[in-house]
Amino acid sequence: MIYPGLNKLGKVIYVGAEAILILGEFLDIKSIYKIRLPKPYRDPNLDLLVRSSRTKSEARIILLARSVGINVPAILLVDVDLALIIMEYIEGQLLRDLLNNLNHEIACKLIHNVGAQVAKMHKAGIVHGDLTTSNMIYSNGKVYIIDFGLAKMSNALEDRGVDIHLFLRSLESVHFNIKDLLFKCFIEGYEKILGSKAKEEVLAKVREIRLRGRYVEERRLRREELP
Amino acid sequence: MVIVLGIESTAHTFGVGLVRDEAPYIISDVRENYLPEKGGIHPREAALFFMDRAPQAIAKALKSSSLSIESINAIAVALGPGLGPCLRVGATIARALATYFNKPLVPVNHAVAHIEIGKLVTNAKDPLVVYLSGGNTLIAALISGRYRIFGETLDIALGNFMDTFVREVGLAPPYVVNGVHQLDRCAEKGRKILNLPYVVKGQDVSFSGLLTAALRMYREGRADLEDICYTVREIAYSAIVEVAERGLAHTGKNEVLVVGGVAASKYLREKFELMTKSRNCELYVVPPKYAVDNGVMIAWTGLLNLKHGITIEPEEAYVKQRWRLDQVDIPWSK
Repeated sequence: MIYPGLNKLGKVIYVGAEAILILGEFLDIKSIYKIRLPKPYRDPNLDLLVRSSRTKSEARIILLARSVGINVPAILLVDVDLALIIMEYIEGQLLRDLLNNLNHEIACKLIHNVGAQVAKMHKAGIVHGDLTTSNMIYSNGKVYIIDFGLAKMSNALEDRGVDIHLFLRSLESVHFNIKDLLFKCFIEGYEKILGSKAKEEVLAKVREIRLRGRYVEERRLRREELP
Repeated sequence: MVIVLGIESTAHTFGVGLVRDEAPYIISDVRENYLPEKGGIHPREAALFFMDRAPQAIAKALKSSSLSIESINAIAVALGPGLGPCLRVGATIARALATYFNKPLVPVNHAVAHIEIGKLVTNAKDPLVVYLSGGNTLIAALISGRYRIFGETLDIALGNFMDTFVREVGLAPPYVVNGVHQLDRCAEKGRKILNLPYVVKGQDVSFSGLLTAALRMYREGRADLEDICYTVREIAYSAIVEVAERGLAHTGKNEVLVVGGVAASKYLREKFELMTKSRNCELYVVPPKYAVDNGVMIAWTGLLNLKHGITIEPEEAYVKQRWRLDQVDIPWSK
């Protein structure tokens, strides 16, 4: 298969279960090629349907997120038939790697901003679905939110709660020394956009989610924590 | 040599198994299956059937192995998860046997038993487990002393989904003919992929929307039943294989073990083969005989439990209808 502009560069930087990420150059812009590869176990027609509809949905959500002021990579090209999204490569550091080395005040400021961005996202009806500090990049003074592969349109309190719960858990697992401070900063940023009523509702939901066994125990075993 | 008698009665099978801790491990395997004339399992009817057949089944298991109950080291019983009335039959009998013959009583989780018997008969060492049956659909792996669940159904189980669909479109009962499920049979003649929902949410699957949409399509006569069957099968199996693949990427395991009653489908197996091959992983599928409910798996897991000191006092051996896989400590993991 020929992907536009990929003949020059092409370093695979990530292989997931569903998609691969290739670093390339598109229109002289350093770009990420996100390609959902065909799965041999799916009926070819079904496979095409699944990959193209997910590609379409992800691209739409990223565009919507950008239009409501969230820092996301710019989409450069979408080819639904190839299940390909070409987007701007955000050069920077993963928040996961950066946070523990910052002083508390700066870390709080960044996370406060993340909280505000997540609130804007929720306000626009988007839930991210995999909201961890591994999916945030610090670049030129701004925090970008990446990987909308599991994102969907939803206004359900449950889905928003899961977003915030996932984020809280990523703080607990990777930034355990400053998790309480960071979560406080996050929630302040969230409240600033959505107000105190929405904040209280979503926090109550997060508590409920955490009390359900499955989210407390096994689902915290993310990639980085596995033995 | 340690010998354990195990009793299974969580759903439609009253099973009695005898195992020992030396090859060939399995000594005796007696099964009494409750087959409803129409519809699904009626818990009370199943329980009455179990009560009727239990004494002979236990006697037969002992007789066929030429063992007396005195020579048995422990009584194991599946205390859950399952249907309350059915579970209580097995639990009552097991408590009575343990008390009367003064044997240790060993509690066994039915889901753990499916996995452990699967490991015994396939020789899988440290697999990602895909547990598919009438009541369960989940992806799990043994990590730090427990089977951790990485993905599961958000509503109905795969087996339940398949049975309900074929029943509602008039293809069942019987649900399985010559080892082939009616859905697989009907799908063989289908070719076309129709527009039905394929739902994977992160690492979880969901089948209730697919069931509703497929039945509506059938009732409105908008497509041939064969094509609906084909689409339904393709979507349901592909979604399972997809979340299993995510589980592999997540846990870094390099074996897949498919357990439970739905493991028998050759079409599902083909899909798993393609996926595991593309990831350089080994695939193990529990043979149908041990993939369905049986007493041997309870006896075997009971033996493992017994060796790690897990027993229960009869007066505390309550049934647990919702005893989740990830609530059970697995002491033999390390």
